[in-house]
Amino acid sequence: MRNEAQTYSLALPRGRMLRWFGRGSVLRRMIRRRVNAVALVVLVIIVLAGVAAPLISFYDPASTRTGPLHQGPSLDHWLGTDDIGRDIYSRLVYGARISLQVGFIAVGIALVIGVPLGLLAGFRGGVLDEVIMRVMDGIIVLPTLILALSIAAALGPSLQTVMVAIGFTNIPRYARLMRGGVLSTREFDFVLSARSIGASGRRIAFFHILPNTLQPILVQATLSIGFAILAEAGLSFLGVGTQPPTPSWGSMLQGGYGFLEINLIESFAPGIAIFATVLSVNLLGDGLREALDPRLRGT
Amino acid sequence: MKAFILRRLLSAIPTIFVVTLLVYALILLVPGHDPVTFLLGEESDAELIAYFRKEMGLDRPIHVQYAHWVGGLLTGDMGRSMRTNELITTEVVTRFKVTGELALGALVLSLLIALPIGIYSAARPNSWGDNLGTVFAIGGAALPNFWLGIMLIYLFAVHLGWLPATGYVKFFDDPIENLRRMVMPMVMTGTVSAASTMRQTRSGMLEVLKQDYIRTAHAKGLAERSVLIRHALKNAMIPVTTIMGLLVAQLLSGTAITEIMFRLPGLGQFAVKAALRRDIPALQGALVLFGSIVLLANLAVDLLYGFLDPRIRYT
Repeated sequence: MRNEAQTYSLALPRGRMLRWFGRGSVLRRMIRRRVNAVALVVLVIIVLAGVAAPLISFYDPASTRTGPLHQGPSLDHWLGTDDIGRDIYSRLVYGARISLQVGFIAVGIALVIGVPLGLLAGFRGGVLDEVIMRVMDGIIVLPTLILALSIAAALGPSLQTVMVAIGFTNIPRYARLMRGGVLSTREFDFVLSARSIGASGRRIAFFHILPNTLQPILVQATLSIGFAILAEAGLSFLGVGTQPPTPSWGSMLQGGYGFLEINLIESFAPGIAIFATVLSVNLLGDGLREALDPRLRGT
Repeated sequence: MKAFILRRLLSAIPTIFVVTLLVYALILLVPGHDPVTFLLGEESDAELIAYFRKEMGLDRPIHVQYAHWVGGLLTGDMGRSMRTNELITTEVVTRFKVTGELALGALVLSLLIALPIGIYSAARPNSWGDNLGTVFAIGGAALPNFWLGIMLIYLFAVHLGWLPATGYVKFFDDPIENLRRMVMPMVMTGTVSAASTMRQTRSGMLEVLKQDYIRTAHAKGLAERSVLIRHALKNAMIPVTTIMGLLVAQLLSGTAITEIMFRLPGLGQFAVKAALRRDIPALQGALVLFGSIVLLANLAVDLLYGFLDPRIRYT
């Protein structure tokens, strides 16, 4: 029992000692750059808008003929109306829900599958490592959006299949990152000492190696959310993503594309929403990377 | 060098095998593993479904179907489209010429944008120009390329009327008209890649500029341009080269939306249409070709990498 406790303190990973809030914490270091602080505020506003969509929207996002068709911005319709008279502002606010939902769930799927696969490949090595990594190589050489499109089309277009498809294409990123982390961590003294007192392979993998390799995974996950939001918008634009009447930024863009001459805002507004969200997430991802790795500050 | 090339070529074989497995496994995702019912609909005549299944060899066990399909691929036969009955190989090869031109143009464009900005940013870190470059890099990566395409069409086709919004003319039929029609699709596809290449160039250059041999070059009194271009750039290109393989995959991925938006008859458009029409064999053909091209690009990058950094060849 005592030995176990000793091992644990030896193996106490850096990640667990990180403080996320308060003076000198990761969050403070992240928002030290003003641009990251702005990104955080923008993202919080978008998340709140998505959560409070029923409270802050004026019309049902699926209601048609809420006003004249292709109307420009007005007091009744802040961002105007689309080709069948739906309120663009209300659809934009509800669209935030879809984008964020896809972003988080798709990355979650990739994490839940990719991290254990990378851990297994790096920890076990040998044939299993070869097989897992060759499969990951196979996924990586297929262009992401086209692979996601194929999976979503084969499963049948819906919001759920889009999440699965985007998640699947992201798995190799985490498997590779995790495997690399395991390979560089498993020779550290704290792992060797855990092994020498007889800790089981599973215990070493999950309690000693995993926490020490989580930092780059966390950064990658943040950056992948932006990618997933873009991919969902792209798939919805192509018609295999979110299906009508569910409002999605990608399908709104697609709808507005045919009416550029009549009402530019139909395409402009969802584009800006996607851009602002992805930009904020990416900036925060970069900020997180810098906060966790002091060598990168100022580069 | 020959042994290095041979080793790299051999290492691609398991990957291409995995690609064929993954692509063929798409059939397993289709409800009921049956692309014919998927295409014709559940309510279709059972006899008709059975006839098509037999005709396409779908009544055999899945591993036999896979072996037959791979055998066909090895002889250049990807089968026939379930929708049009056209030969898929002919279709994808013809269409790849358009996609190849688009992707190559976008790649050149992204390098022309990214390299000068990346080098300048690294040479003058934290200057106004560097900050502007960083804004471009971070903004470019967050830009939905189809939105950029829409805005380009609005500005240059609808508003100014300078460029045609859609359609394709072969380069050898009319080079000027071809370029007029391809410039917006190339900008749309290349911008996102330019952003990531610029960041990579900047960080690669920053790393190299700290090295002793650069200080020596400055101490010898060499002009800054000469130090940057002749001494620093080649080494800074090593990390940039490593992302080139990924860049090709990213560019090809981007062609799908670009070709749909600008109505270019390329492979991306073919893949999207096949997916929307549930034409699984056509989709598989397009995916295998895309995968093979990315794999070849990765091989080329590996060889270039070995050329830029001789240490790689001996490890």
